[in-house]
Amino acid sequence: MAEFNFKLIKNPLSKENPITIQVLGICSALAVTAKLQPAFVMALSVTVVVAFSNVIISFLRNTIPPRIRIIVQLVIVSLLVILVDQVLKAFVYDVSKQLSVFVGLIITNCIVMGRLEAFAMSNKPFDSFLDGIGNGLGYAVILITLGVVRELFGSGTLWGYQIIPESFYNFGYQNNSLMIMPPMALILVGIIIWVQRARNKELCEKE
Amino acid sequence: MQEIINIFVKSIFVDNMIFAFFLGMCSYLAVSKTVKTSMGLGIAVVFVLLITVPLNYIIDNYLLKEGALVWISPKFATIDLSYLSFIIFIAVIAAMVQLVEMFVEKTSPVLYAQLGIFLPLIAVNCAILGASLFMQERQYNNIGEVTGFALGSGIGWLLAIVGIAAIREKLRYSQVPAPLKGLGITFIITGLMAIAFMSFLGIKL
Repeated sequence: MAEFNFKLIKNPLSKENPITIQVLGICSALAVTAKLQPAFVMALSVTVVVAFSNVIISFLRNTIPPRIRIIVQLVIVSLLVILVDQVLKAFVYDVSKQLSVFVGLIITNCIVMGRLEAFAMSNKPFDSFLDGIGNGLGYAVILITLGVVRELFGSGTLWGYQIIPESFYNFGYQNNSLMIMPPMALILVGIIIWVQRARNKELCEKE
Repeated sequence: MQEIINIFVKSIFVDNMIFAFFLGMCSYLAVSKTVKTSMGLGIAVVFVLLITVPLNYIIDNYLLKEGALVWISPKFATIDLSYLSFIIFIAVIAAMVQLVEMFVEKTSPVLYAQLGIFLPLIAVNCAILGASLFMQERQYNNIGEVTGFALGSGIGWLLAIVGIAAIREKLRYSQVPAPLKGLGITFIITGLMAIAFMSFLGIKL
């Protein structure tokens, strides 16, 4: 058994973060984060799909003919996504309705394809599994941060529970409804990237 | 006819693929460095959307939906294959992209030189699969409406990517704080463009 390579989990959380550094999987990250709960469910589903598709592809990596590898990868990923979709529909139907097409879009989520191409095609199954978990978690960190900020300031709740007390509203506090609109997600991701790169100068882009 | 035009305009401005649903962000961010290449990718997206979305609509209506198989035999009225839609849609998209690539290569080398490199990228562009899934979710009435929706979404995407590419070309001469350079500022500008597009909310023909 291969030794437990901790770096594979740690790096995607910070300096190789799939969203802010590798720029993968932006589409879903922005669209499902208006509330915390769907963001969390989405992050979990993506982690599961990335980890297991990485393992399967890594097992098959020497038998897949290179010319048709994209379609083989797509088929395996979409099988996993169908499973996830059916599970979500069975156990958390409300959330699955809110996520609407974005569960299906995990198939074309660039994180999945990107990690398959970049890692699973050339590494052992166990390492690929760790890499999948790590990248899933890196994605989850950003999603949950966005979900918390947007739900707290946009609707004054977290996970559906009221956080900002009623007395604040009596003093004239207003929810910032721009936060739940799509544009704010883009601007918040921009700010996260800014903060992260300001703290770690090596990540800045040279042009 | 009016309904089709309404859907067309709505999917360009109000339900814009990028500004309202963030679909196809990955290639949007990666390819929007110059206007010329982004134009190429945009046209390729419109092209592929126009082919795959109506095709998927037909497949959905005559094969996958609950009761869609009635045309074979009335016994199949209760069969619901819609859980297969993800895998069928993505297979159709991947196959069509491959076919379009081969077709364009044979018939128009000039167009192939412009679109060729982008076509394989498109198979995994979320805007394409997203459009098919939205088509399924929104339950359009006939194929005309679906085509209007596909064309509108494609043009909306083209508009967005060409717009951001033009801004990024100008941006090269401005002084952006170093940590914000490249990706960060692109996100914030896209956010501002999305706010501008929000002013189209509630448009009705």
